Amino acid sequence: MKKAIQILACEQAIKTMIAPHSRVMVGGFGLRGYPEALVEALVDSGIGELTIISNDLGSPGVGLGKLLTNNQLKGLVGNYYNWNPEVAYAYNEGKITVDLLPQGTFAEGIRAAGAGIPAFYTLAGVGTELAKGKETRKIGERDYVLEYSISGDVALVKAHKADELGNLVYYKTARNFNPLMAMACKHVIAQVDEIVPTGALDPECIVTPHIFVDVLVVNGGKAR
Amino acid sequence: MIQINEETAKERIARRIAAEFDSSENRFVLNLGVGIPTMVADYVKNPNVYIQAENGMLGVGPLAAEGQGDWQLINAGRQIVTQTQGCSFFDSSMSFGMIRGGHVDATVLGAFEVDEQANIANWIIPNGKQLGVGGAMDLVSGANRVIVAIQHQDRKGVSKIKHTCSLPITGFHEADMIVTEYAVFCYENEQLVLKEYAPEVSLDDVRSMTEANFVVSPLVKVMEVSV
Repeated sequence: MKKAIQILACEQAIKTMIAPHSRVMVGGFGLRGYPEALVEALVDSGIGELTIISNDLGSPGVGLGKLLTNNQLKGLVGNYYNWNPEVAYAYNEGKITVDLLPQGTFAEGIRAAGAGIPAFYTLAGVGTELAKGKETRKIGERDYVLEYSISGDVALVKAHKADELGNLVYYKTARNFNPLMAMACKHVIAQVDEIVPTGALDPECIVTPHIFVDVLVVNGGKAR
Repeated sequence: MIQINEETAKERIARRIAAEFDSSENRFVLNLGVGIPTMVADYVKNPNVYIQAENGMLGVGPLAAEGQGDWQLINAGRQIVTQTQGCSFFDSSMSFGMIRGGHVDATVLGAFEVDEQANIANWIIPNGKQLGVGGAMDLVSGANRVIVAIQHQDRKGVSKIKHTCSLPITGFHEADMIVTEYAVFCYENEQLVLKEYAPEVSLDDVRSMTEANFVVSPLVKVMEVSV
């Protein structure tokens, strides 16, 4: 059971849902389809010791990159930090931990968590440095590596529109990891461009059914 | 031997790879990596080829004109692209399901090194400056055909086609084809086989610029080049 959907301001949503040491999933790929206003509010909150589970960490001082500049991070789980070289430096200095995963493994790990699957085998990365210490198993003719599902406390997702129940639709390549993350966390805050009346979204086109969503924010706007 | 400048080299490689897909009469799903591979899209003429971007799109169109386009519509290299009629958007899990599940017919990717055993090293130079892997490990193991698009030598004139890769490996025994500005190689029966070489070079030139051992195909021919 879930409480009725709440429509909050970003600041309020972040303070209600996130605490120090939270594992926070954040949608987005290369500064597209990430919840900008929620990330700003997370930075402004100053909440620290966070583990951020996201494809990348924006750019230096931009988007999620601000959390690193602001020393709010304990660890990262993700795929590609070449767009923000400050991540490599912070990692080398021992300031943060980084769990680096192939992109498809990262995506599937999140999907698996949301779908109640604890682990899965994949070909990606077998024999490479990223599979060091991981269990491998021969299935048929090939070796596969065991990868665990990835879950979080709170997901910050970006969608295009929500209806008043919390059903979500996305926009072009801004979809990326958002629908997966909405299923993989205990609590979900969705930043949307617009909230439309329930019934206004075509049920055939809804990507994330409302049961996964707890809180809606309209681009940093006010609570209703 | 005539040296080929970098710009010409890249265009030649992209054109030669695009020609690989000319004859497909079936719907052909193609994933393109960053760099030279992205340029392949400019030369694909076959309407049966559908370009997949691993961030979640099938039916990627040409790059958007400078200053135009939709900033939320990007390829995996963060370039703003256009959409083709009939394109679709999906989440990252479906995208990599497509890749891992063998539904992508070919991937074209760049590399730092590739070797005699078809090993590819393209994800990291361990100098502490970068930390990222992207989708390359999933792509080389999941795509049905893996085409490596590289300049034959690095800027110091060192062969990128090695006996054995020295950098961390992205995928073992995964390369099917290498296209450089001077040569086309395929892996056949666990051997690296020279199939074509550029009109500017001789077989001996190719041997001297390539660290890896290779056999010469009995059907070896001169590469058709327009640049």
